[in-house]
Amino acid sequence: MTSDKAAPLLELRAVSKQFGEQPGRIERVAESLGWHTPARPVQALDAVNLAIAAGEVVGLVGESGCGKSTLGRIAVGLAAASAGERRWRGIAIDRLPPAERRHHQLGIQMIFQDPYASLNPRMRVRELIAEAPRVHGLVGRGAEADFVAARLQQVGLDPALAERFPHQFSGGQRARIGIARALAVNPAFLVCDEAVAALDVSIQAQVLNLFSHLREQLGLTYLFISHDLGVVRHLSDRVVIMYLGRVVESAPVDELFAHPNHPYTQALLAEAPTLKVERKRFLAIRGELPSPLDPPRGCHFHPRCPHAIARCRVEMPLLREIAPHHQSACHLNAG
Amino acid sequence: MSAPADDRLPLGVGPFARLVAAFADSRLALAGLALLLTIALAAAFAPWLAPQNPYDLMQLDILDSRLAPGSPSGDGRLTYHLGTDAQGRDMLSAILYGLRISVVVGVSATVLALLLGMALGLVAGYFGGRFDTLLMRIVDIQLAFPSILTAMILLALFGQGIDKIVIALVASQWAYYARTTRSTAMVEGRKEYIEAARLLGLSTARIVFRHLLPNCLPPLIVVAALQVAAAIALEATLSFLGLGLPVTEPSLGLLIANGFQYLYSGRYWISVFPGVALLLTILAINLVADQLRDVLNPRLQKQ
Repeated sequence: MTSDKAAPLLELRAVSKQFGEQPGRIERVAESLGWHTPARPVQALDAVNLAIAAGEVVGLVGESGCGKSTLGRIAVGLAAASAGERRWRGIAIDRLPPAERRHHQLGIQMIFQDPYASLNPRMRVRELIAEAPRVHGLVGRGAEADFVAARLQQVGLDPALAERFPHQFSGGQRARIGIARALAVNPAFLVCDEAVAALDVSIQAQVLNLFSHLREQLGLTYLFISHDLGVVRHLSDRVVIMYLGRVVESAPVDELFAHPNHPYTQALLAEAPTLKVERKRFLAIRGELPSPLDPPRGCHFHPRCPHAIARCRVEMPLLREIAPHHQSACHLNAG
Repeated sequence: MSAPADDRLPLGVGPFARLVAAFADSRLALAGLALLLTIALAAAFAPWLAPQNPYDLMQLDILDSRLAPGSPSGDGRLTYHLGTDAQGRDMLSAILYGLRISVVVGVSATVLALLLGMALGLVAGYFGGRFDTLLMRIVDIQLAFPSILTAMILLALFGQGIDKIVIALVASQWAYYARTTRSTAMVEGRKEYIEAARLLGLSTARIVFRHLLPNCLPPLIVVAALQVAAAIALEATLSFLGLGLPVTEPSLGLLIANGFQYLYSGRYWISVFPGVALLLTILAINLVADQLRDVLNPRLQKQ
C-alpha cells in the first residue's frame, strides 16, 4: 500500500458543500421572463479543514443546521464535497478506481442516529451482520455462525438472538446491532452521527461505554458528532466546534472545557445543564441561528456575539493557534 | 386490531409470518380467500369438473340450444344444471372453461405488468435523474388515457387472441406499478439501512434487489391484488365488446355478450350465470386485496 505513515488517518482539506442545483434550461428561460426566482444555493460547509489522527476520538459539536452531519456524511463518503478533498491514510480516496476505492472505503464505517431506520426490517440479525463480510470474502461460509456470535458478544448481545428480526429488539439493542454490523468489515474509523441521541439516557451511557471499550479493544478512531456537550466530553480527546458551516474552535477536550476561547463556545458551555445545585441564570444565546441561505458577512457569529466589534462585520476570522493544539477563529484574539 | 400480536408469537418470527397472522384476523377476508381458492381450483381443474368440453363442437347438440336450467339433454346422458346457450353448450361447462381463461389472462397480465412496472419504477426511484423524469412523463401520458381505450386501440391493431389481450392489458396497466414502485423506492432508498449497505461496499444490484426491493413490495402486492380484479374485468369488458378473445374460446365476458340478446325473451341464464361467476371472482379478489392493504399499511404495521 502507498499509505503514508505520518499522514492523519482521515483528513478533509478545505471541504465545501453547496446544496441547490444549477438552474436548468427551462428555469433560466423562466428566470429571464421573471416567472421564476432562482433558488439560491445553501452553503452548508465553507472550506472546512479537519484532520483526525489514528486512535484519536474527535467530538464535533454544533447546533442543528450548522453542517456537522453534512461533514460527517462527506467524511464517510456518503456525500460528495462540492470542493475540497478527502484523504484516507494520505490517499485521495475519491480519485481511486472504483474497486480500489471500495477496498479502502470498508475501513470507514458509520453508526447512524436512528436505530429503527438503520436496520433493514426484512433481514435477520445474522444476515445483517454476515452479509457484507461474506460478500467481501472476509468470512467463509462455514465460519459464519461463529463469526456472527463473536460480533454479537463483542457488542454485548446474546448470540442466541441472531435469528431474530430487528423489530423484536429495543432501541438500545438495535444500536448495538448497528455497531456490530459496522464492525463486521473490520473498520479502522467510525463516524458516529448523533449515535446515541435517539436513546434513553440510561441506555446512552451503556452505548457510550461500549464505544470506549471498543476503542481500547480494537484501536478504533472516532469522529463523534453530537449536539450534546456532555456526551462529547465523556468520549472525546479533542473537540471541534462548528457554527454555520465553519469550524470556529478546536482544542483538546480538557483545554476546551477549561478555557473556551470563542464567544460561541463560551455561550455553549454556559448553557450546558449541570447537576450542581446553584442559582443559575440561563443566558441564552441571543436570536436564532441565521439562515445558511443568507449567512451574515464577516464572522458568521457576529449578530449574536456579545463582544462583536466593527471588524467582525466585514472580515471573516481565520482559525489561528492561540495555545498548543488549541485553535480558534475570533478577531478578539488578534489583540 | 392486529398489531399487538408480537408478544404471543414465538421468537424469530419473520415479517411474513406476522403478516399471515394479521391477515387471518378478518373472517370476511378468510371467506374471500376460501372463495378465491375454490374459484382458482375450479378454473384449474375445469376439464375434469365440467360435464362437457364446450370447445369441442362434436359434443354440442344444436337441438339442445337455449334449454332452461335443470333440463336433461336430448340424448339423456346429462342434465344441464345451468341451462344451455344458443349453440346448445352446457352453461356450467362454459363458465368453468371461461373462468379458466379469465383467470389466466388476468393473472398473467398482472404478473407481467408488475415485473415491467417494478423494474422501471425501481430504477427511476433509486437512481432518479433524467430517466426518472422521462419515465414519469410517459406514465402521466399513459394514465391520462382510460385503460379501456389503450387496450381497445392495441387490440384493434393486433387482432384477437389470448397473447394479444395479455399484451394489451400489460400496456394499459404497467404504469400503476411503475408509479407505485417509484414512490416507495424513493422513500425506502433514502433510509439509513440503504446508506449502511452502500458503506458496506455492497454492489448496486445487491442493494437494489436484496435490500430495496423486499421493502418496496408491500404496497405493490396490494396494487397487484386489486389490479388482478381490474384486469379480469377489463378483459371481460373487451370480450363483451367482441374485441378480446375468439368466439370459439369464450371467456366470461363473451359468454355474457352471447346471452345479452336473449335477456328480454326470458332466457336469463345465458348471461346471468357467467355474470355471477365474474362477480364472485372479482368480489373474492377484492376482499383478499382489501385485507392485504390493511395488513400491509405501514401506519398500522409498526408498534
